Amino acid sequence: MAYFILKRLIQSVFVMLAVAFLAFALFRFVGDPISQMTGVETTLADQERLREDLGLNDPFLVQFARFTGKMLVGDFGFSYRTRQPIGEMLLSRIPATLELGTVALLISLIVGIPAGVYTALRPRGAATQAILISTLVGVSIPTFVIGIFLIFLFGVKLGWLPTFGRGGTVQFGWWRSSLFTVDGWRALVLPALTLGVYQLTLTMRLVRAEMMEVMRTDFIRFATARGLPMRALHYRHALGNTMIPVITIIGLQFGGVIAFSIVTESVFQWPGMGLLFLESIRFVDIPVMGVYLVVIAFFFVLINLVVDLLYLAIDPRLRVKEAA
Amino acid sequence: MLVVENLTVEFPGRHGVFTAVEGVSMTVAPGEIHGLVGESGAGKSTIGAAVIGLLQAPGRIAAGSLRLGETDLRALTPAEAHRIRGKRISMIFQDPQTSLNPLMTIEDQLIETILAHEDIGGAAARARALDLLGEIGIENAAARIGAYPHQFSGGMRQRVVIALALCTNPELIIADEPTTALDVAVQSQVLALLRRLADTRGIGFILITHDIGVIAEITDRVTVLRGGRVMEAGATAQVLGAPTHPYTRALMAAVPRIDRKLERFLLPAVEGDLPETPEAADEAEYAANWLLSGLRHADSGPVLEISGLSVRFKGTRTSLFHAPEPFAALSDIALTVQPGSVLGVVGESGSGKSTLARAIVGLVNPAAGAMRFAGEGLPYGRARARSHPVRRAIQMVFQDPYSSLNSRHRIGEILAEPLKLYGIERDPAQRRRIAGAMLALVGLAPDAIDRYPHQFSGGQRQRIAVARALLARPSFLICDEPTSALDVSIQAQVLNLLKDLQARFGLTILFISHNLAVVRQMADNIVVLKSGRIVEAGPSEAFFASPQHPYSVELLSLTPSLALLDGAA
Repeated sequence: MAYFILKRLIQSVFVMLAVAFLAFALFRFVGDPISQMTGVETTLADQERLREDLGLNDPFLVQFARFTGKMLVGDFGFSYRTRQPIGEMLLSRIPATLELGTVALLISLIVGIPAGVYTALRPRGAATQAILISTLVGVSIPTFVIGIFLIFLFGVKLGWLPTFGRGGTVQFGWWRSSLFTVDGWRALVLPALTLGVYQLTLTMRLVRAEMMEVMRTDFIRFATARGLPMRALHYRHALGNTMIPVITIIGLQFGGVIAFSIVTESVFQWPGMGLLFLESIRFVDIPVMGVYLVVIAFFFVLINLVVDLLYLAIDPRLRVKEAA
Repeated sequence: MLVVENLTVEFPGRHGVFTAVEGVSMTVAPGEIHGLVGESGAGKSTIGAAVIGLLQAPGRIAAGSLRLGETDLRALTPAEAHRIRGKRISMIFQDPQTSLNPLMTIEDQLIETILAHEDIGGAAARARALDLLGEIGIENAAARIGAYPHQFSGGMRQRVVIALALCTNPELIIADEPTTALDVAVQSQVLALLRRLADTRGIGFILITHDIGVIAEITDRVTVLRGGRVMEAGATAQVLGAPTHPYTRALMAAVPRIDRKLERFLLPAVEGDLPETPEAADEAEYAANWLLSGLRHADSGPVLEISGLSVRFKGTRTSLFHAPEPFAALSDIALTVQPGSVLGVVGESGSGKSTLARAIVGLVNPAAGAMRFAGEGLPYGRARARSHPVRRAIQMVFQDPYSSLNSRHRIGEILAEPLKLYGIERDPAQRRRIAGAMLALVGLAPDAIDRYPHQFSGGQRQRIAVARALLARPSFLICDEPTSALDVSIQAQVLNLLKDLQARFGLTILFISHNLAVVRQMADNIVVLKSGRIVEAGPSEAFFASPQHPYSVELLSLTPSLALLDGAA
């Protein structure tokens, strides 16, 4: 077990190194950092001095090592656009995105799993057909259309909910949370729904497909032949085995939600990492884009590790084999 | 106790109603084991499912009555029927690997089942579970009860399955192919356990199996089924010892006998087979001539010589600091195959039979040893070039005819491939001509050439696989369990085919099987493998007459035999 985790950690280090390399290459080779940092009035000699000071004349590998080393101690460099340290900028944005992503994920799980189970157990029911058709619509509408529709309905027509920003927030150390005020929740609902609806359909269809597969297995037939109560059959025996493949996909989805909440964040002007990324693209703020890349990759690696540990918790076959 | 009268089960479908079981009547008394025997499609499992009320949709009982004691099983509501399941009727499935929930300990599964039917409290349920595990032969039950299913071997797992079926004290247990997935040694233990439970607890069993040996071994009564109808029924000794129905006789004749070698099997007529026509005979003759013209008779030396062959697989790593122990799949194998002979390789699962085949054809890399083919050294797996002539000369027929043919290719393409690949025939029209003729040689209709594999039955597919192997004009054929997935009558056909081809073309064959009776029908020489080592080798007839090694003796004695019945008849 310790070996398994260690193996995963070592793999993660290589993944992170590869991503850091990409980010560094982006920073180093897309345009000339000096000419983007300086104006036309800087003399060539000053530019050259700056280049020397920043270490841009050093060999490639030395620069990469310095870049990586600085990242490890939390020094992410400065933004071209705002001249602020990138670490601080991201830190102030991460809570917004994480909260949005988590609530969206919870919505998709709380609705998606029961809906998936229901539609799997009653594959021919009228309600099942209705759910399947409506989720098909959900999948085929792009996220921003759903967002705009929700804004139009709840923000403009009914005027129930705010359409942009985070609303009231509470500060815990560096973490600014909107989960502790009614106002914050009101602001969170629409973007989280927008982001969650697509995940929901995916989760539901996946749970349904896996559950129907599991319901056909021998051990379910055997459990039925033993006359176990239907509730135990469905929720203890079938659902547990259904969740094994579903967890992987949900984990990847969560990574996707965090990485690609860009569209939702821009529709709702949600001050998270996605919005920051969009602004950075607009101003060709390459250092921020590079760091964003690294941070997102880090989240993916982290989530995958958590998924692996969840596997261990759920599936006894993966734990160390004792002598049989 | 159980009385089934005139049971008819129908499966309505798009193309009309399919009647799976028609007018079947049978009874099971307490303590009696009633065997249902027949080939696939005979409706055996459907009868079992109908009795326990678990017919797969859209199947339905169209007529007849099912009574368990005083209870009319057909009159029950779904909820009542579900309460009877486990409580009065229980079931054992074929594959112990898949019939237990892998995520729950067997303790939880046992206690859950007991508490589902009796309100006796967790502690009493646990005590009963422990007693039961001890009774069915799991040693140290108190320690093992907390284990997960994957921590048990196949035979032990089937015992756990039996314990689960038993833990609610049912009156009737339906055992659907309970030993088909097990090795002979484990099979005989499980069968003995079923017999003991019937005798001591008075449980009635319905034993569903395709294996007449199993029927002969433990059943009291037997019903022979074919196409959903009863062919013959009665006391086991009488039905098998003196069969009156032609189908029973044909079925018995098709069973390979471990006590004697038959030249050919008599076959029950099978629908859809090719009637012997002059055209087909001409075609077959054409293919035979084509094969004969290409046979290069090797010099007198042995076809295959293997010495000191060892194959090791990497173990699974469980610790940071210790390198995993390599698993020795084969150790120090030495054998020789003479041209025109059949070498049978027998052993239980995990004994290294298939690994041996894979090492010869170059699919695994041996750790040590030398292999010589027709006098020339054979390079190991990865070192053997794709173009090495041996890749053509050695051909293989696999166990599962369902996965060994590419389902998206027509039969014609599948058969023409070796001709093209090995550059035997360059003209596409001629390739097709030869492929068609080869189909006739293995007894398939000429229109098969434009069809897809899924349009054929298992036996027909296996014949296609044999045809494909022959089209490479091999001098050495490796058959890895070629008939294990097939019904007895189909197995008899394929064995007949292999015998004919072997006699006619002097093929050299390595024939791998776990079934000693089948091997006896084919082999001239025998090698017995155990845990990757050869424990005995020698001429086949001498081996079956007087095996030398204790392990061989044990294997032979455990194989269900029909010899008992000859005495009874």
